[in-house]
Amino acid sequence: MGMTLAEKILAAHTDTQEFKPGDIIKVNVDVALANDITAPVAIQAFKASGLNRVADTGKVVFVLDHFTPNKDIASANQCKMVRDFAREQKITNFFDGGEVGVEHALLPEKGLVLPGDFIIGADSHTCTYGALGAFATGVGSTDLAAAILTGQAWIKVPSTMKFTFNGTLQPWVGGKDLILYLIGDIGVDGGLYHVLEIDGPAVSSLDLSNRLTMSNMAIEAGAKAGIIPADEKTEAYVKVRARRPYTLYESDPDAAYVSRKEYDCANIEPQVAFPHLPENSRGISEVGEVRIDQVVIGSCTNGRIEDLRIAARIMDGRKVARGLRCIVLPATPEIFRNAEDEGLIKIFLDAGAIIGPPTCGPCLGGHMGILARGEKALATTNRNFVGRMGDPKSEVYLSGPAIAAASAITGKISSPQEVLS
Amino acid sequence: MIFKGRAFLFGDDIDTDAIIPARYLNTSDPEELKKHCMEDADPEFYSMLNKGDIIVAGKNFGCGSSREHAPIAIKAAGVSCVIASSFARIFFRNSFNMGLPIFESDEASGEISQGDVVEVDASSGIITDLTTGKQYESKPIPPFMQKLIEDGGLIEHIRKTGGI
Repeated sequence: MGMTLAEKILAAHTDTQEFKPGDIIKVNVDVALANDITAPVAIQAFKASGLNRVADTGKVVFVLDHFTPNKDIASANQCKMVRDFAREQKITNFFDGGEVGVEHALLPEKGLVLPGDFIIGADSHTCTYGALGAFATGVGSTDLAAAILTGQAWIKVPSTMKFTFNGTLQPWVGGKDLILYLIGDIGVDGGLYHVLEIDGPAVSSLDLSNRLTMSNMAIEAGAKAGIIPADEKTEAYVKVRARRPYTLYESDPDAAYVSRKEYDCANIEPQVAFPHLPENSRGISEVGEVRIDQVVIGSCTNGRIEDLRIAARIMDGRKVARGLRCIVLPATPEIFRNAEDEGLIKIFLDAGAIIGPPTCGPCLGGHMGILARGEKALATTNRNFVGRMGDPKSEVYLSGPAIAAASAITGKISSPQEVLS
Repeated sequence: MIFKGRAFLFGDDIDTDAIIPARYLNTSDPEELKKHCMEDADPEFYSMLNKGDIIVAGKNFGCGSSREHAPIAIKAAGVSCVIASSFARIFFRNSFNMGLPIFESDEASGEISQGDVVEVDASSGIITDLTTGKQYESKPIPPFMQKLIEDGGLIEHIRKTGGI
């Protein structure tokens, strides 16, 4: 029996000779990531162990991206704790101040995560790196502390579900729309405990930015990982960034999948997920009249330069609707600089948008764009749970950057065609 | 170990933002977090809770973020254990790593009513609704995870065995 891509990566990272789905195995970790919310809990667990050793400082990455620039004294204290620990333990992959980017946009950009890696992160959207052909999964802070101490993690071997996107993408459809459509189809627990392996001609036609968006939201279907097989585009992306060797794996033709599903992209229009679950997705033509108070363009899902280019194309020469707040957060300093060089920042400012620093901020209702009671936002982020962006009585809708930008101009959830025609 | 308390019912897909909203994550102090436990699902929850009470939820409990603050808040609030029809995977791991007892049972989740007095025998996984007299068997826990609980969580396990 052949192996899936996920099984091959696990086999390359464990001493266990044979394993099958459901077995619990110990796996060597290539990268262990935490942020300013989860690292403090991991550091406390690390200290409580009394062992006081980091297995391999080169494999640890800390990014202070959630409540930064610090929103209050308590979050400043949390960041200080991580900063002190990073200094004490000589952790070089520590991103603070002007080096901070939203972690899952930053790590691929810096070449810190590579094809064939086994990566854990104390952040649920760690699954983003599946788009590079890596096995990447979110864990809690205690798992992260254990990986820092031992270099290993335990994992229940998952089965793999296969999803193939055929056909040609419709206008304004990107990775966000495909993944929202998939989640709408299988539900927020449709991939629970499984790996989603995503491929097909339509996925091959996407750039890495759009693929990262898709893998990013695998967790919104409950999945352990969302892996897209690496191809020549992946290799072109990583070879200029990698500073260590990497391996491209592919699933064997006779690999065992627990299920297989095919989608025809001819039937997939730009998607919007309604409150309060990402599975409540529907095509833009079925949205109806939804007036909004705020638009957020950014995050680990859609805050890359490709997303900003799409938004700028739609907003160029137009004005943000009166009474609407449009917040644009380039996800990393490099993206910010490129957006400036390409004239995108000027387009956003001329349109009346607010430009903020790279931060997770509003996505999780942390800061920099909190909603009041009864307000509605459309965001390019990944979650629309109750209270996710502020007051428990506020509402979040999710979309890709094209719909978000168009909606910022009209003040209601709108198709780009509505603005451009 | 036997857990006994009143059942507090919740629906499907209770996410970690409902268990502990991100606006309170500027601290990891259990004493602070517990005051906001389940706040966005039921603002009255913490004030109504007695020590030992039990959360009974539907499918996919704990979906969303990886924040360990969620099991920390539940544990610190005085909840003795959580019964659900299924758990989201990161919450499931975190609970074992942290020592919050959780039990999976579709039937118990569907049949137990709000306020019923429920007893759970942790070693056998048998759930008894003392109000109705009905018994349910929870899904068995893999041996490795049982070992984690016996050792007192993942960090204690590493301390005892030298590795994972």
